Parts: sequence; structure tokens; C-alpha cells
Amino acid sequence: MVDEGLKSELQTEGIYLTTWDQLVNWGRRNSIWPLQFGLACCAIEMIATAASRYDIARFGSEIFRASPRQADLMIVAGTVTKKMAPQVVRLYNQMAEPKYVISMGACATSGGPFHTGYNVLKGIDRYIPVDVYIPGCPPTPQALLEGLMQLQQRIKGQSFGQAMDKKQGEYPIPEFGTAGLEPRYTPGVFQPPTAS
Amino acid sequence: MLPTLEELKAALQELLPGVSLTMEGGSFLVEAKDVTAVCRCLKETERFGMDYVANLTAVDYPPERIEVVYHLCSMHHKHGPIALKVKLPRATPVVASVTPIWRGAEFQEREVYDLFGVTFEGHPDLRRILMWEGFEGHPMRKDYVVEDQDAPHHS
Amino acid sequence: MTTAMTTEPQLLEVSLGPQHPSTHGVFRMNAVLDGETIVKLKPVMGYLHRNHEQIGEHITYIASFPFTDRLDYFSAMSNNLGLAIAIEKLGGIQASERGEYLRVIMAELTRLVNHTAVTGFLLNDMGAFGTPLLYAFREREKILDLFEAASGSRMMCNYVRPGGVREDVPEQWLDRCRALVGAYPRFLDEFEKLLTANEIVRQRTQGVGILKKELAVNASVTGPLLRASGVNYDIRKVDGYSIYPRFEFKVPLGTVGDVYDRYYVRILEMRESLKILQQALKEIPGGPAISPKGMAMGKAPRTFRPPKGEAYGRIEAPKGELGFFLVSDGSPQPYRYHVRAPSFVNLTILEDMCLGRKVADTIIILGSIDIVLGEVDR
Repeated sequence: MVDEGLKSELQTEGIYLTTWDQLVNWGRRNSIWPLQFGLACCAIEMIATAASRYDIARFGSEIFRASPRQADLMIVAGTVTKKMAPQVVRLYNQMAEPKYVISMGACATSGGPFHTGYNVLKGIDRYIPVDVYIPGCPPTPQALLEGLMQLQQRIKGQSFGQAMDKKQGEYPIPEFGTAGLEPRYTPGVFQPPTAS
Repeated sequence: MLPTLEELKAALQELLPGVSLTMEGGSFLVEAKDVTAVCRCLKETERFGMDYVANLTAVDYPPERIEVVYHLCSMHHKHGPIALKVKLPRATPVVASVTPIWRGAEFQEREVYDLFGVTFEGHPDLRRILMWEGFEGHPMRKDYVVEDQDAPHHS
Repeated sequence: MTTAMTTEPQLLEVSLGPQHPSTHGVFRMNAVLDGETIVKLKPVMGYLHRNHEQIGEHITYIASFPFTDRLDYFSAMSNNLGLAIAIEKLGGIQASERGEYLRVIMAELTRLVNHTAVTGFLLNDMGAFGTPLLYAFREREKILDLFEAASGSRMMCNYVRPGGVREDVPEQWLDRCRALVGAYPRFLDEFEKLLTANEIVRQRTQGVGILKKELAVNASVTGPLLRASGVNYDIRKVDGYSIYPRFEFKVPLGTVGDVYDRYYVRILEMRESLKILQQALKEIPGGPAISPKGMAMGKAPRTFRPPKGEAYGRIEAPKGELGFFLVSDGSPQPYRYHVRAPSFVNLTILEDMCLGRKVADTIIILGSIDIVLGEVDR
């Protein structure tokens, strides 16, 4: 668009040229504040990532916020049980947009090693949309940082206008049934694997 | 030092004449109606001094019975565990609660009620502890069928 | 005409959790408050109930070891050791000498990791937002590096087996371990200098959440929570499992039974663990890391069929008495597999300790009981 030579000449004078999308996305992706939400063992690796050795703060996630209203990212770290799933969806609904979800670990992605159980939900993506899946049991802090960087790449490619228009609204909260949750999955969000 | 199982049995029979005790494997088999008497005796007799219940759980043997297993230890004498077993009919498993004797049985009995369906009479607060209220069935029984999460959802 | 306005106190019912920064996981407390004072408190659990016991009935004995890692996810090696001891009782397996020493070294390193992290979290709950926790995690990372070198994984080690350990430690691991054990007391001194005589820590923890001896014993409380109330009961001394009778170490006891005593008992236990580690690292013999009858790598796990019977094996895990109850019917899978979790049973007296105190004290009392939801809910 704008000639590179002109750009660098202006930069020496202290004038920077960019687009609105680039500027907003740069701010957004370098200051993602996660929600303090650990469910199980993966939460400990999440805390280790936030500790001094792996230091998630240098990626912009300076503080983990306790209130969903103040957080941008929900890292679902750990097994989601049927008893806990309605609270997860409720928290997701309470977050302000734009909001993102990282499903950390095998359990949040698909039930993990516990998937044969009577109380384990086979993946949180049955009820809320997930942006990045991180495999592992538990994923090492390096893997979580890689997932965060992938999310940052996704945000870089978002268009600001689209993000403002795309209001996601409230996702339906499942209820407790007699043997599981009702409904078993939210149809718009998840399609069960068909036997083929 | 914990006396041998035979000595224990003899001593208990002496202290509680109406109670029948048999030995099975390494544990004592007690009738459901005698549980409170035997447990109180084991706790209050100075020589045994079983002052805490280390473990309380159940085993399902379909189709006839459910067994409730108690492991008792003594912190005072530093000996144990003694294993007690109670065999209950699977259709209506009811036994007296030992929570009035040992407070530590409170949550463990609630868990057995939740997962196996055994009713403990005299428990201060018998309700489900791990599954939600409204869940039907007792999941740790051998004949429980787990729901298929990929089946078409209820419309 | 004016009517006098009367105000009547109303009780407020609040749910602390399950998403809460200080409940150590998905744990919920239904509290009834009179102002800021707790009138009633009922714990609600089951938000992480992952049916570990039901899974244990469908898989072989050796396949249960990775699942025990995920029970108390801070102390994976200890949980492995508990199951290994229960299976050894059931099947009559004897562990090899070097295997026993390696197991004790791993278990005591786990105790260091756990107590350091718990103290960090307790201070975090008190409001020391971050600093003691980050110091604790810095030391924890050094020990996790050792675990990763020995077993391949930082947290979920799956390393201890009936008969010994899965495989021997790599070269120079023992030297690195000795160096770490030599440097640890300096960290503990620094940590204590910050905390033990700290006026704020004392004011917030002394006299808070007192647990009397008789109630502690009756409520089947075990672990540092019990010893802080003055009861001398440590399963390493009482049962003398593995090779603990060969080592000289003391059992620290508290006097009052408040939160400060629990914190200090853990610090002293860490110093005793360092003593055990020094002795074990000096005396460790050569030889096979697993006995020939044990479940070594490469041997088909389905061949292990213990005789019919029952066994209850227990160890002194960092949180208390961790017991495994196994019933075998002669097949490769256990007929019944039950975990006696210390955090679950220790929660019985949470309400008793919190009645009449403020909400902020409740958080600290919960932090001092030291629960992990993987264990509470299994």
C-alpha cells in the first residue's frame, strides 16, 4: 500500500503509519488476560507457566483475573465433569467480548484418560466454542506458551470490524438430568462423530 | 501390641455375649444388628482402643449382597488395622451408622450411600456427596450402565 | 407521624466457589453468614469426580499407576508408592534393595515439593500476593527437573512399581540430587526468615482455626494437620513400611493446633525429610532397581494375577494417610479398588474449625488443611 521507503523515512521523523486493524490487534493480542480458572492437574502447569521460570507475563498475560468480567481468555485446564459443566458455560457467558477459549490438556479436549466415566464430559467443546486445543497430559508449560502464541496469530488475522459485529450472545446452559446433562451437547456448537 | 485375631475374637465374645463373630480371611464378619455394639466395644475397651476409623467402604457382589468394610486403627496404642465386614442384602442394604462413635466416618458413609446405595441409620446428614442431587442410580454398582454421550440428544 | 424503623439482622447465604481463586481447585463451600461471621458452613464436592475407582476395576493393576498420579497431582511419586505397597501386600512381592532406596528418595523429594508449594499457597491466600509462592515454585522447578530426568515427566511420573521402580536413574542423577539436598537448607532458612517471625503472619494465623486433640483423633484426621494438634502419629514410624525404620528422623509436633502450628510443622517436616534424604543418598547400594518378581518394564502386565484376597496398604503421604484397598478375585483386574484419600477425610472438621470466625479466616483455615481436589473427589 504505502511505499516502504516513505515509511522508513517517516519513521526517522517519529511518524508511524499503520492500519486500524493492525493497531488494535497488536494491542489485543499482546495483552490477553486469562481467567483464574483451573480445574485439575493442568491448572498446576498453568500456575507453573505463570511462575518465574516460564513467565507468561512476558507474553502479555500479566495478571490472571479472578472475575470473568475482567478476563479475555478462559483456559479450561483440567477435566470438565458433568457436575461442573454448567458453571463453565455460565462463566463463559459472563465474560465480556471479545473472548477466547483455550482447551488445555487431553481432558478438556475430549475427556482424556477418564473418558469412560459416568461423570466426565467428553470435551468442553460440546457446549462452548474453542479456539485452540493443546494436547498433552499435562501439556508442559512450553506447550501452553505455544498454544498462546497460536492464539495470538489468530487474533492477528482478525478483522476489527468483523470482531465487533460478531456478537456471540449467550450459550445455553445445560441442566442436570437423571444420568447426565440435558442436552448432551449444544447442536450449533458440536456435532457428534458419525459412525462411517 | 495388637493381640492376634483369635485372641481378639475370644476377648470380644467374652465382653459381648449375645454377639456372633466369625472370621473370614483376615477380617471379622459381624451381623448388621451388632455393628454398633462391636464398634463401641472396640473403641472403649482400653486394651483395643480403636479410636479412629481409617477406611470405610463397600464392595458389591451381585446378585445377593453388598459388603461394607471397616478398617479400624488405634492412634493411642499405635496398632492396627483391624478389618470388620458386614454383609447386607443387595435389595435393601441398611445398617446402623458409626458416625456417632467416630466422626471421621461421616463423609465416608455419605460416599458409600451415594455410590452404592447403602442406607446408614442414625447418620446426621445422609445425602449425596459426589454426584449431584437428582442423579438417579448408584454408579459404583456392577450393573450400572454409563450413558452414551454421543447418542442423539433429547429434543 | 413517624414510624420507627427497625432493622433485623438477616443471615446471608453465600456460595464460596467452585470458581474461586483460593479454594485450591473446584471446591465449593455453602456458607451462611451473620455479617462477616460464619454461622454454618457445608462443603460441597464432586466437581472433579472422575470415577477413578470405576476405571480401576476395568484395567489391570499396572495400568492403574498413571491414574494414581492424577489423584494428588502435587505428589505423584507418593501416590505410586501407596499403590505399589498395597499390591505388594496382596501379591506377596518383595522389593529390591536399590529399588527401596530409590522409592524413599523419591517420596521424600515429593514431600519437599508438596510442603514448599503448600506454604506458598497458604501465604498467597493470606494476601502476600505472589512473592512466597514464586519463591516456592522456583525451588519446586529444581526438584521437578530431577523427576523429569528420572521418569520422563515433570508431574505425572508413573515411576514406582511393585518390586521397586520402573527403571534405574540415569548417571549423575544421584550427584545432582546430593547437590540439591545440600543447597536446600539455605532456601529454607531464607524462606523462614521471611515468614516465621513475620508479624502479619503471626497475627493472622496464631489462635485461628484451633483443632483440639480429641476431635482430631475422632474425626480420623491424619498428616501434618493431626501432628500440629499434638498427636504423635506418623505412619512411617507406626507401620515402618518400606525401609523407613533404618533412618533416623524426628516427628515434629505442634502444641496449640492453630494455623501457625500447621505451617511450622510443615517447615520442620521439610528439615526432617532433608535428613532422611542425606542418609538415603549416602547408603544407597548398587544392584537391580526392581526385583525379579516385580512388574518390570517389558514384562506383560496381564501375567500378574494375585491370589484371591484383600489388602489394605497405607503410606504417610505428604497430606496424610493415603490408603489403597484392593480386593482380588484372581483375575488380572482388581474386583474392587478403593482409595482412602487424606484430603477427603480431613475435610470433615472444616466446619468445626470455621464456626464463629470471619470469611477471611475460613480461606486460611482451608489453606492450612491442605486439600487437593483430585484426591477429595477421585
